Amino acid sequence: MAVDVATVRRVAHLARIKTPEERLEPLAQELNGILAWIEQLNEVDVEGVEPMTSNVHQPLRLRDDVVTDGNKVADVLSNAPKSADGFFVVPKVVE
Amino acid sequence: MSDLTKLTLKAAVDGLKARDFSSEEITRAFLANIETANPRLNAYVLPTADKALDMARAADARLAKGEGGPLEGAPLGVKDLFCTDGVQTTAGSNMLKGFVPPYESTVTANLWRDGAVMLGKLNMDEFAMGSSNETSAFGPVVNPWKSGVSNADLTPGGSSGGSASAVAGDLCLAATASDTGGSIRQPAAFTGTVGVKPTYGRASRFGMVAFASSLDQAGPITKTVEDAAILLRSMCSFDPKDSTSLDVETPDWSQSLGKSVKGLRIGIPNEYVVDGMPAEQMELWEKGQAWLREAGAEIVEISLPHTKYALPAYYIIAPAEASSNLARYDGMRFGHRAAEAKSLTDLYETSRAEGFGKEVQRRLTIGAYVLSAGFYDAYYVRALKVRRRIAEDFDKVWDRVDAILTPSTPSAAFAIGDRQIDPVTMYLNDVFTVTANLAGLPGISVPAGLDKAGLPLGLQVIGKALDEATVFQVAGALEDAAGFVARPEKWW
Repeated sequence: MAVDVATVRRVAHLARIKTPEERLEPLAQELNGILAWIEQLNEVDVEGVEPMTSNVHQPLRLRDDVVTDGNKVADVLSNAPKSADGFFVVPKVVE
Repeated sequence: MSDLTKLTLKAAVDGLKARDFSSEEITRAFLANIETANPRLNAYVLPTADKALDMARAADARLAKGEGGPLEGAPLGVKDLFCTDGVQTTAGSNMLKGFVPPYESTVTANLWRDGAVMLGKLNMDEFAMGSSNETSAFGPVVNPWKSGVSNADLTPGGSSGGSASAVAGDLCLAATASDTGGSIRQPAAFTGTVGVKPTYGRASRFGMVAFASSLDQAGPITKTVEDAAILLRSMCSFDPKDSTSLDVETPDWSQSLGKSVKGLRIGIPNEYVVDGMPAEQMELWEKGQAWLREAGAEIVEISLPHTKYALPAYYIIAPAEASSNLARYDGMRFGHRAAEAKSLTDLYETSRAEGFGKEVQRRLTIGAYVLSAGFYDAYYVRALKVRRRIAEDFDKVWDRVDAILTPSTPSAAFAIGDRQIDPVTMYLNDVFTVTANLAGLPGISVPAGLDKAGLPLGLQVIGKALDEATVFQVAGALEDAAGFVARPEKWW
């Protein structure tokens, strides 16, 4: 499954990383190198194997559905690139 | 007084408790070392001298009253992956330059509860993605060790390269680190230090900048196995703020040290040999087996047949989780925001292109690819199935062996710039360590010898889930038998 320039352009957009046109071809080559190496996973018999998503052999804990934290507007905004009046300021979303 | 910065963590804690010296004295000694060494080693991205001295004086006040925790007054370094309240935390990335967390990670909070002093934040590969510290936005860390045959600057490994270099270069008593595919154990092996990755779930991930959440674990890098046992105990705790934190007791692992390994069964996996592995690393592995046999352990040949598939599976799973975790860096609520953009999407894309370095961009692109429609089953789901095969390999041998002995890395430290040609060559550094991450098992790297060029080599012990006690027991026996006392000659 070789990756071409068009695919890299599409995937870079999915990853929301602006990638200049001249970088697409080298990136395609790098990805193909990595994916060719990854192809060896096809040798493994995984028939009937359940995908392993976690190492933790315990059910996820549930906690009481109560508010335990909050009222930290200043903390939450302290690293915002731009904020005003207790809100994040972001660029206009709807034209 | 002899050089306080050469003490082990254990000796320093004892000395502080006995009031042989004060925390302020030993803290000042480390701060002086950092000032001299850091321009060359680049281990700290942010020394926190004022904070360190404040914490040291507070520790001294407690010690004067006969109070204090198990790490009271001990100056430590903190990998810049752990959020520290009021102190910049960057994870080695331009994306987080200037980010000052308004909260403390659970691991570091545990250290301060136990009386430790923070010397500063340690350099690392960007978002812990790297094996040589060359992906850091703050420039590479330099290994205090030099090869006998060349004067080239060597890498301390990665991603916890700053932690390893700082411990080996006497710039802290010990350091926190984190390990997703080998990022504690490989740098420990490259710098003649001890590194432990505990069982997944032992140490809280709360406040640790996330890379691949099903694999990330915190652990210590230290000068001795005993120091590692002491520091790991302080770092670990059950934490309701981490949904994967294990609600288990944290034992006193220093009790495992000095216990005979007589009768323990040590597995030697056939598959832990790779092409091009130096003869010296093979010989050291055989020596390790001989040491344990002489100490009364039984050496058992085992097979972990899916070992060779661990790294390729990891390079699907870790980038996939990273692409999801790092989606939070959109330039809106925190982190870098591009100055100019044509649209909202353009702002996201430009902020991320400016904020992330090349290796992070590469991995996020792979992650987005293997999760994308049409490829999800072929890559991601298949990798998760292979992951189970790898974990089952271990499950199948635990009725025959109590622990497993392997080399830590396929080679000793290499020169900065040497492995940048091809990403896959760099990824192979983690070939022996990554299996323990995928299976969630504890692993330790112990310095066990020097190669012909005079560089340290490590041996790794892997244990059953939650059986760090046996891992420390075997590691202690290896440390005793190896008698590794070599230190890097000071050139900085």
